[in-house]
Amino acid sequence: MTAVAAARTSERDATGRAGGRRRGRGLSSALAQLFMIAACVLWILPIGFALYVALRPYSETSKYGYVAMPHHITLSNFQQAWTQSNMLRFFENSVLITVPAVIITLVLASFVAFVVSRFSFRFNIALLIMFTAGNLLPQQVIITPLYRLYLQVHLPHFLSESGLLYNSLTGLVVINVSFQLGFCVFVLSNFMKTLPAEIYEAALVDGASVWSRYWRLTLPLCRPALAALATLLTTWIYNDFFWAITLIQTGNKRPITAALANLQGQFVANQNLIAAAALMAAIPTLVVYVLLQKQFIAGLSLGSTKG
Amino acid sequence: MTLGVDVRSSDREEAQRRRPRRKRGRRLLSRRDKVVLTLMLGIPVLIDLAFIWFPALGSIVLSFTRWNGIGGLHLGKTCQPPPAPSVLQNGCFYGVQNYHQAATVYPQFWPAVQHNLIWLAVFICFATPLGMLFAVIIDRGIRGSRIYQSVLFLPVMLSLALIGIVWEFMYSQNLGLINTVIGRNGNSNAIDWLGNPHLNLWAVLVEATWRQAGYVMVLYLAGLKAVDPSLREAATIDGANAWQMFWRVIFPVLKPINIVILVVTVIESLRAFDLVYITNHGSNGLELLSVLVTNNIVGEISRIGFGSALGVVLLVISIVPISIFLYQTFRREEPR
Repeated sequence: MTAVAAARTSERDATGRAGGRRRGRGLSSALAQLFMIAACVLWILPIGFALYVALRPYSETSKYGYVAMPHHITLSNFQQAWTQSNMLRFFENSVLITVPAVIITLVLASFVAFVVSRFSFRFNIALLIMFTAGNLLPQQVIITPLYRLYLQVHLPHFLSESGLLYNSLTGLVVINVSFQLGFCVFVLSNFMKTLPAEIYEAALVDGASVWSRYWRLTLPLCRPALAALATLLTTWIYNDFFWAITLIQTGNKRPITAALANLQGQFVANQNLIAAAALMAAIPTLVVYVLLQKQFIAGLSLGSTKG
Repeated sequence: MTLGVDVRSSDREEAQRRRPRRKRGRRLLSRRDKVVLTLMLGIPVLIDLAFIWFPALGSIVLSFTRWNGIGGLHLGKTCQPPPAPSVLQNGCFYGVQNYHQAATVYPQFWPAVQHNLIWLAVFICFATPLGMLFAVIIDRGIRGSRIYQSVLFLPVMLSLALIGIVWEFMYSQNLGLINTVIGRNGNSNAIDWLGNPHLNLWAVLVEATWRQAGYVMVLYLAGLKAVDPSLREAATIDGANAWQMFWRVIFPVLKPINIVILVVTVIESLRAFDLVYITNHGSNGLELLSVLVTNNIVGEISRIGFGSALGVVLLVISIVPISIFLYQTFRREEPR
């Protein structure tokens, strides 16, 4: 970790001059630039290297190794990974889990947040604590009883081919919703507390019912928070690995992230295909990264700083 | 749970306080409103209780039993040693035997605890300071800070399973980037980064740090943005240099965010699972408590009681950071 030491000294250099300006100058700034550039190279390297492996034909990498000048660049690995595995199916599963889970989580969390932030009754804090703490538990604390519970709960056939919560997409939706509820309740209730009370007074004078105060007043005002949370949830639920590994038994019911573990076994003889498959699995998150990075960061910030 | 008559709209109270002359009759909520409120609160609460808190309590109860999940569960019956070697065994009350076994005869328990602690130590000593450093440099607004932030943040968006796979190309024995660059990719002198039980934990921790630093950076940037600029101005006028500015002025103001980051760090280290699982299913030097819990339910041997006991160990450890966070967050909120 010499980089840290270097940055430390750069900080110390800064103390030599009149600091305090927002834009550092001279030596300290140059050192900071060097440090950041080095860090960024290190941060891009693993992804860039995997992309490089995925873009080169298997015959070439087996002959010259991964680390060699390219002779050919090809997209055939991506095509092969797509056709030789059930990738489309895995992506479908991911969509079928993520989309309902995000929507249901936001609806339910906004319910709780609205009630807790707009009505005062005895259990407010207790409820908030219950939801927030539930989201902070390590998943492994609840997995054993949850696994047994999932084997006990029977579902109608249209919700689960297996007839149980276990090994069904519905089961994954349910646990993702339950687990993420806490975080969203926490963020949304903080957000709703900042809404001006005058609006609600006006609504009361107009005799608006509870439902219309929620549906027509609160939700439109919470749009920025909801958008940020939706981005965050989509990424988290899409990236979930643990629930999918433990609560889904059949390979072709797994969402793409968990299916990667199986693909590793399937393509064990051809690492280039694994690289291609893994990068394809990353495409949706990369799209979010490019288009909605601000929203994602806003969601994280909402969760970490109050209000 | 029904909301009794004690539910009063706080907005209405405020309205009354502001306009004392316009005394309005206290309109209670209509019946329909009450039903709506009850449902709005009831459904999410039931879901949270059923799928989070019921299993959490279930873990505690089951941890005192011996059960392979095939027969019924009889909590009243004490287990009879030695266990009959039949598959169809009813679950029985086992006392603290599971915990005792974990601590004495289960070979992977103490290594896993040790690995979890190392994980936490690395996060606290490397990942968090690194993320803070990134945040401070970016916050000072050097040229290109936008690009730096985006790049360093990229791993946070990727799933951990994917990160594990991507890094395997870096660590691969004969073809990997690292061994090739340092010239250790021959068949005789290759370093087996992920296969050597003395090395692989550290190799995986590099992956974990690579992701975690960006996460901490973003949280910290949010905290730094919220710092009142007048503080900085006042400190500058008083002649504080950059070093003093950060440690004496900014850092103390960031106490809430520091607590959030501490909690996130501890919880993330307890939850660590995906990386080691995708690397080698959490074996051969990569044992973690989370993996041991999973191994006892998913696999040939189903040891429900024992797996639950390991889960409770995780629960007990995680109660500390969770309590700190809840106290910090909710102590200023008295019931209105």
